[in-house]
Amino acid sequence: MDLLHNLGIGLSTAFQPVNLLYCFIGTLVGTLIGVLPGLGPTATIAMLLPITYTLSPVTSLIMLAGIYYGAQYGGSTTAILVNLPGESSSAVTTIDGYQMARQGRAGPALATAAIGSFFAGTVATFLIAAAAPPLTAIALKFGSPEYFSLMVLALITSVALAHGSILKALAMIVLGLLLGLVGTDIYTGTPRMTMGFLELADGINFVAVAVGVFGIAEIIRNLENEKEREVGVTQVTSLMPTRQDFKDMAAPIVRGTLLGSALGILPGGGAVLASFAAYTVEKKLSKTPERFGKGAIEGVAGPEAANNAAAQTSFIPMLTLGIPANPVMALMIGAFIIQGIVPGPNVATERPELFWGIIASMWLGNLMLVVLNLPLVGLWVRVLRVPYYMMFPAIMAFSAIGVYSINSNIFDMYSVTVFGLIGYLFYKLGCEPAPLLLGFVLGPMLEEHLRRAMIISRGDPMIFVNRPISLTLLILAVAALVVVFLPSVAKTREKVFVEDD
Amino acid sequence: MTINRKDATAGALFIVLGIGFGLYTWSTLDIGTNLRMGPGYFPLVLAGALFLLGVTILFHAFSIEDEGWGHLPWRGMFFILLGPLAFGLTLDGLGLVPALALITFITSFASMRVGPVLAIALTVGLTIFCVAVFSWGLGVPIRLFGPWMNVVGLGN
Repeated sequence: MDLLHNLGIGLSTAFQPVNLLYCFIGTLVGTLIGVLPGLGPTATIAMLLPITYTLSPVTSLIMLAGIYYGAQYGGSTTAILVNLPGESSSAVTTIDGYQMARQGRAGPALATAAIGSFFAGTVATFLIAAAAPPLTAIALKFGSPEYFSLMVLALITSVALAHGSILKALAMIVLGLLLGLVGTDIYTGTPRMTMGFLELADGINFVAVAVGVFGIAEIIRNLENEKEREVGVTQVTSLMPTRQDFKDMAAPIVRGTLLGSALGILPGGGAVLASFAAYTVEKKLSKTPERFGKGAIEGVAGPEAANNAAAQTSFIPMLTLGIPANPVMALMIGAFIIQGIVPGPNVATERPELFWGIIASMWLGNLMLVVLNLPLVGLWVRVLRVPYYMMFPAIMAFSAIGVYSINSNIFDMYSVTVFGLIGYLFYKLGCEPAPLLLGFVLGPMLEEHLRRAMIISRGDPMIFVNRPISLTLLILAVAALVVVFLPSVAKTREKVFVEDD
Repeated sequence: MTINRKDATAGALFIVLGIGFGLYTWSTLDIGTNLRMGPGYFPLVLAGALFLLGVTILFHAFSIEDEGWGHLPWRGMFFILLGPLAFGLTLDGLGLVPALALITFITSFASMRVGPVLAIALTVGLTIFCVAVFSWGLGVPIRLFGPWMNVVGLGN
């Protein structure tokens, strides 16, 4: 069995003491930022990315991955106890989770979230292990035209699955692509759009952009209305769900896991969409939909399983194709590049211990998270009492060290300020930062493959439709674009996110 | 007539950016041909797309209800954005410890709830914490005190 052999390599890597330690640190930090509203995994990973430079590639990626899926666990604690999403992906958990807590069932609600997440995490780990080799094999056959079409598809679906205006998201992608091209042209060595700044010869610093639009802009946003957090439920007694609870949560967890796994792979999908979709599905399938919003355990089980499954399966396109499905995966690609590894199909064959080590560590990390989140819930309740005015100066200080140390370049501090301001202004105009960041990362790759494909075809753009794989990908992209503009779909799309805000 | 000011502004901004990027590319870079695309080819195409999207968003704005701007946190914006600037301007000269103290002290004031005493307490606590974690713990190579600190005998 290849799968077992591969997982064996992975487990022996993941069980090395240093990797176990950093897996634990990653999940711990992940839980912490998941619990704390106002600090998300994107900003955290961006801040900590430069510091992983001192670690080995596999260790640093294990830690960064732990932050992402750990945040999905932590987010549910805040959702259930405080009625605030600690993480945007646990926004729907507030609906029924908080109601359960008010009825004195905070313990079972937390346990349901943890059991659901753990089950989903386990399934998703195996799914990645099973799906990665065949996808890698396909990806190795890809030439430049296929890569170009695949990236176009990825960018289009990321718009289709995001919420908010499609047109504005498209414009943000294009702007991101343009900003990504700033720097030196790889074919001719000409400086492009650098406005004469020598510091921009290597392009705009990716970490500065990410920290700016996700970290700093988010802080300014939170300062719009400063509120005290009220910890609604402070006493958690008896975590054990009843026999009936177990019966009620089983099917939603399985459905949530499947739905989340599928949505996680799609570009732009990820954890947030998965949790909203799972909630909608559970409410539709329930014989007693009127219980939803009043403490239905299915409303906690489904979304929590879904967001964790999606967080993990979103690693699949990144690990096999080198294409990010969401901003966090874009940062993971950054982490690979810092370590001198080009992410893509070659990673699995050339660095099996790295590839399988990350996958195996996810399962170990999930195990650690159950322990971190259930018995230690009292600790996290206390963390929630830290007021925001003590948090954001810390975030600013960490960001400053993180952004500076990536290149030891003062110029990056000015970039981060500018992108913080830009990120906030665009938020005010109703434009999401995620498409901008995806475009930024994909810009140079998209152009390189476009130009290479055109050289291969001697300037004939038909190359993109003459090759079957490329044609299929482009047809899917056009179909996705047509579908989201259909009036009926546009309405449903709004409904999926209606529980937001 | 209703006009959504958010969308109208966003559309106008994308139009301006599209024209700006387009003209800048056109005037400074070689566009090339389909076969041998120059460094300016792809940026010019993107600038054109951004312009068209901007126009569409602007026109579309006339058919949506206005949502207003909401509140702008001027004080928060000012101090939060001043922090990294101050950090950047002083890091090489003063070193990590003073630069960290500056960024935490300045950004503390972004909150309405923080007065001078609390700001100083946060500054001292966070500076010590960051130096312990990043410099001593993770070995991030930034010197703690820079040449400007020679005056007080701390630089190196």
